[in-house]
Amino acid sequence: MTLEQIKNRLSDQFKSSIIKNENLAEHQVEIKGEDWFDVATFMKNDPKLSFDQLECITGIDTGEDGPLQTHYNLHSMEYRHKIEAVISHDRKDPKVASIEQLWRIGDWFERETYDMFGIEYTGHRDLRRILCPDDWEGWPLRKDYEAQESFHGIVVPKIKEEEGWE
Amino acid sequence: MGVVQGDQMVLNIGPQHPSTHGVLRLEVTTDGEIVSKITPHLGYLHRCFEKHAENVTYEQVIPFTDRCDYLASMNSNFGYVVAMEELMDIEISERVQYIRVIMAELNRVASHLLALGVYGLDIGAFTPFLYMLRDRERILDMFEYTCGARLLYNYMWIGGVSHDLPKDFVKICVNFLDYFEPQIEEYNNLLTFNKIFIERTADVGVIPAEVAISYGVSGPNLRGSGVKWDVRKDEPYSIYDRFDFDIPTGTGEFGTLGDCFDRYWVRMLEVTQSVRIIRQALKDLPEGDVFETMPKKIRPPAGSVYRRTESPRGDLGYYIVSDGTPSPTRVKMRSPAFTALSCLDEVSSGWMISDVLAILGSLDIVLGEIDR
Amino acid sequence: MTVDYLIELFSKLFDSPFVSFILAVSIAGIPLFVLMALNATVAVYVERKVSAFMMDRIGPMGQGPGLHAGPWGVLQTIADAVKLLIKEDTIPSSADKLLFKVAPFIIFIGAFLGIAVLPFSSVIQVVDINIGVFYIIAVGSVGVHGIVMAGWASNNKWSLYGAMRSAAQIISYEIPAGLSIIVPIMMTSTMNLQSMIEFQSGSIWGILPNWIIFNNPFSFLAFFIFFISAVAETNRTPFDIPEAESELVAGWMTEYSGFRWAVFFLSEYANMFVVSGLAAAGFLGGWLSPIPGLFNSPIWGLFWFFSKIIFLIFVMMWFRWTFPRLRVDQLMHVCWKVFIPIAMLNIFGVGIWKLIIG
Repeated sequence: MTLEQIKNRLSDQFKSSIIKNENLAEHQVEIKGEDWFDVATFMKNDPKLSFDQLECITGIDTGEDGPLQTHYNLHSMEYRHKIEAVISHDRKDPKVASIEQLWRIGDWFERETYDMFGIEYTGHRDLRRILCPDDWEGWPLRKDYEAQESFHGIVVPKIKEEEGWE
Repeated sequence: MGVVQGDQMVLNIGPQHPSTHGVLRLEVTTDGEIVSKITPHLGYLHRCFEKHAENVTYEQVIPFTDRCDYLASMNSNFGYVVAMEELMDIEISERVQYIRVIMAELNRVASHLLALGVYGLDIGAFTPFLYMLRDRERILDMFEYTCGARLLYNYMWIGGVSHDLPKDFVKICVNFLDYFEPQIEEYNNLLTFNKIFIERTADVGVIPAEVAISYGVSGPNLRGSGVKWDVRKDEPYSIYDRFDFDIPTGTGEFGTLGDCFDRYWVRMLEVTQSVRIIRQALKDLPEGDVFETMPKKIRPPAGSVYRRTESPRGDLGYYIVSDGTPSPTRVKMRSPAFTALSCLDEVSSGWMISDVLAILGSLDIVLGEIDR
Repeated sequence: MTVDYLIELFSKLFDSPFVSFILAVSIAGIPLFVLMALNATVAVYVERKVSAFMMDRIGPMGQGPGLHAGPWGVLQTIADAVKLLIKEDTIPSSADKLLFKVAPFIIFIGAFLGIAVLPFSSVIQVVDINIGVFYIIAVGSVGVHGIVMAGWASNNKWSLYGAMRSAAQIISYEIPAGLSIIVPIMMTSTMNLQSMIEFQSGSIWGILPNWIIFNNPFSFLAFFIFFISAVAETNRTPFDIPEAESELVAGWMTEYSGFRWAVFFLSEYANMFVVSGLAAAGFLGGWLSPIPGLFNSPIWGLFWFFSKIIFLIFVMMWFRWTFPRLRVDQLMHVCWKVFIPIAMLNIFGVGIWKLIIG
């Protein structure tokens, strides 16, 4: 299916869930956070769409004022078509349903995005930090991230504007 | 002596252990030799290159990609520059395209040789490893001759490559290929068709195709499960659509489809296919200037791109977001080894400790890429 | 030249039987000790070189003393030994200290005792006892106690795994080894190694030496079962699962370092020497020359016996650098379901062969 057909099929099913956003590229479709799980289930199980592979989950911080986003790159091994789903989160309380049980790789991808952005994937069975230590503070890839001063007595090096590395 | 705790024992494999291929810790729950649960703990090599990338310019990201998959740096570079060129929408000169394909495929051969050799080591065969390293060394020599580095090349730049090929490179490369092709037979005689090796790998650690897809397993591991999927053929990038090569898939030759042997065997077959591609590319290599199409100023328009390429470990994806400034807003690397490792628990429960390490070896993970 | 001979000799010179006993035992024992040390030193060097050539490397090399490891690296083992001796001897704080310290020596004793009855030549043997074969098999299994002790005392999970695997493996493989060595015993009707070798003198049709391995198809098979089981008993690849480097780090040796570890190493090579010696004496005609009737003087005998041992040790090294490692259950499968039935049938076969052909 072409991108247009995929989008049409989605908007036929979930008219109210799809958000029109002019800033998005052609291959992207923005979906309301609260409906994401239903849409994802449909995208995976619908025989015409059959997105059986979750290529990638990318968290994006659009800036100090903008929302946090999760981008899901989906791909169908059967039909060889793909699409990118975009979910925006409220910066104060980023939350979205977990798709870990639909695509098993979602488990680690969501843990990674949680680790880096602090986006909470509700329904995830084992939401822990994956790359950073369990007791690390803050969400490193957010734009407003301030590294902690020290970690278990180890000084965390930081970039200083004039002097370079500490 | 401690208190007897019952039937189950928790065993820590790693972070320092001979066959975790880096610093990986596996928390293994065992009942005697039988493994019931594996919890991988990652992050020992985590440098957060994605955060670094936000503070440097686009071209300065390339050395960071080297250090992710340090066994296939050319392919890591390649993925990034292909994504960047797609974002900036620039045309690349023919010579550069060919050089990139030659280098990427040579690096694929080198990476697979190491993977196969180390796999032999995991199973307990020492000698094939040395044979394969010996031949890998000659590939590294060629890289050194071309760009001065042996492991981390920083060779592919946006719009070009850092150095043109040396004058007699084609001759050296053809010589190497002529020497190398008969060696594959030797590896097969020594390791692949050894009865003990087959006993150890066939039927062990079967990943069924649907499980593999659900776990996002890619590359040789996915093809070992019988799924004919190769980004080079199915979503061609660069100039891969011009070459004639096959995609080997697992057949369950000695056991079940998707077992460790299939993953090993697919890699071995891929080496021969890579040699085929290199031969074709060397034959058609055009003359030209490699710096010709390199943009003076790298400032992509605002937007984003997700592009995946075929690295020796699988689908290596880069998600790059630009806001029009000289440094990226976000660079995300979708690492194939990361997804491959995630299925370890599901695949190896119920097997023995020896098999867990055989399965881990067959997934061919590189910790630098998993932890980034 | 057995110990008995020496005791007799000294009892003529000294009055006290105690003094003559001590003298005789040390004269016989010290060369054996030197032989063991020499065996390990040479074998380690050879192993390095053999593995290097098999792997298309050159192995240890150097120009002279002080510069790397001497010409062709001959000083490599000495450097190794010095390094091991001056290394810190660490004992884990939670280890069972007594067992931890004792274990290497038990393994060493098990390996060392076997050498005492090996017939180096028709006249050179430390003790010539009438149950030589039985004795070697018996003292050979002492070592496993040391391994289990080492594994338990280290208080390390890897060591424990290694020890359990090792115990299972050695005990299992003793059965096919024992059953196979019964074949020469049945054919020669003796357990004395000297008379066993004397039985093998002469030739078959004037061409082949009359060694037990060539005597009949059953003994031919028995040799291979014995040799493979012996490799398994010495914990070498492809049966090195107790110390499987890529799985168990170093198995039951994980916590050992320095001199204690060197003792393990010494015992491993001593073990190889003993089982090769038994295989040579039991199946390959011991000190007999491979050309029937020629070169059979005692000095030549020494040469032939050592050549046979060295050849068998070389074959073990060849195995090690060629084969991958088996898994625990496959190892047990080979032992219990393949070797033991064949070895038992062998005994029947040899019995019938002896009845019919003589």
